[in-house]
Amino acid sequence: MTRRLGYLPALLVTTGLFGAGLLLAAVQSLGGLPVTGEADWSVAAYRAVFRSHFFWSALGMSAWIAGAGTLAAAALGTLAALVLWRLRAGTILRFLFAWNLPVPHVVGAWITLLLFSQSGLWSRLAHAAGVTRTPADFPALVNDPLAVGVLLELAWKEVPFVGLAVLAALTRFDRRLLDVARSLGASRWVVFWRVVLPAVQPALVSASLLVFTFAFSSFEVPYLLGPTSPATLPVLAYRAFSDPDLTARPMAMALCVVIAGLAGLVVLAWALLSLRGRGRP
Amino acid sequence: MRRTRRILGATLVIGGALPLGLLLVWSFSRRWYFPALLPQEFSLHAWTALLAPAGPVWPALKGSAWVGGMTALLATLIALPAARQLARERPLPRAVVGGLILAPLVLPTFAGVMGVQVALIRLGVADTPAGVIAAHLIPATPYATVLLTGTFEGYNARFEEVARTLGARRREVVTRVTLPLLLPGVLVAALLAFLVSWSEYLLTLIVGGGQVATLPALLFASAQGGDYALTAALSVVYVTPALLIFSLVAWKLRGWPA
Repeated sequence: MTRRLGYLPALLVTTGLFGAGLLLAAVQSLGGLPVTGEADWSVAAYRAVFRSHFFWSALGMSAWIAGAGTLAAAALGTLAALVLWRLRAGTILRFLFAWNLPVPHVVGAWITLLLFSQSGLWSRLAHAAGVTRTPADFPALVNDPLAVGVLLELAWKEVPFVGLAVLAALTRFDRRLLDVARSLGASRWVVFWRVVLPAVQPALVSASLLVFTFAFSSFEVPYLLGPTSPATLPVLAYRAFSDPDLTARPMAMALCVVIAGLAGLVVLAWALLSLRGRGRP
Repeated sequence: MRRTRRILGATLVIGGALPLGLLLVWSFSRRWYFPALLPQEFSLHAWTALLAPAGPVWPALKGSAWVGGMTALLATLIALPAARQLARERPLPRAVVGGLILAPLVLPTFAGVMGVQVALIRLGVADTPAGVIAAHLIPATPYATVLLTGTFEGYNARFEEVARTLGARRREVVTRVTLPLLLPGVLVAALLAFLVSWSEYLLTLIVGGGQVATLPALLFASAQGGDYALTAALSVVYVTPALLIFSLVAWKLRGWPA
């Protein structure tokens, strides 16, 4: 038992600080711990959140960014990992593939702007090639209604993230299984779907979960590259939180609770699915 | 095969170098308007403004380094005992405790920090580096724990026994066996925790309220201000340490933050 005391410092941070923070957010969302005057317990903040069309459009935008971004990162990351694996890429190729992992997202957003805005490098190249005549001829990919700029940044940053996780799983994979499947008459597609993909699935799913929850609660990139309206949920929460009018505080807290709850549901679904998957032979 | 590999390598080099090169070129440009493919006028003005002794970059660099360094140190020290125990835990308690410790990796950390801000104000650490470090520990501790658990799983405590039977004294076992075997993993965990803090923007903004200067906060303001050359130079200053750290630990490419 005493050996388990080692958990105490870490639990103090993750449960004592973060968990208590979520609890405090819930308390404040219900009117407790008011910054101004008396406590006034009510669910008014939640009612206001669920009635506001800003919330629903922000939920849609966040779900779109997280969903589409994760799908793109998962598909392209797996593809990249397969290419690197087939070519038996060594340390140097892997290093080059993953070099943008440590680049902070703020910088990634800024680079995306320099490359893809209507006066960015691609637009200039399009002009030089005679495809466009003015910046406005180039499609709006930044601060656009479909958040293409956000998705580009996410894909750029997260493809190596997913790719390395899948590559690690592929490295543990026994290549002889491929020969076995081929000699039993399996086509390339069947080999991919029935032999390779199941082998990398746990790594791919875990990495995708991390990308999804990150994208769902990310702030900087949608703030800099996303459409001003609809905003994403974290941007909405931050706006309410930093509102000088403190009566907006319970609503900010209600948004925090809702965002954390949604992310928690996704994680729970993943945990249950992976538990069920483990039961299978 | 060899040729495809070379083409792939070249693509990756260009894909990796292009964005960074673009930042560098922008940082040295004075006039670079559409549709010019290259700057119409080069100058050092962004760099001289940035590196001026009274410039805003120094407090921000100091703030980021101090917060990152303290976060890395504390997160590693906090994660060490937990990881050591997790590595030898039975499956069920391991899943439960591991889940509790790793929860901030998949849940929105900003939600907890916005909630706990009232308490930080009462404690008097809101708007201070100490408060920001406390907030950064929330994402940094789980990362360090994941990495260190891997380190401890790969560590065989029987080496210590072997050393003892060969006549090593207690101190010698620690300094000649335990530390050398664990040190690389511990360093990687600390560097990664540093990088988590170094990249963090929103948590600093919530707790620091603009009072704690860090590089991402300065970069964010600059990006919205619209001075492209200055923002590019600042980006170079900001990513260089991260890329250096990455080059140091790339051989242990696992468990990077998203």
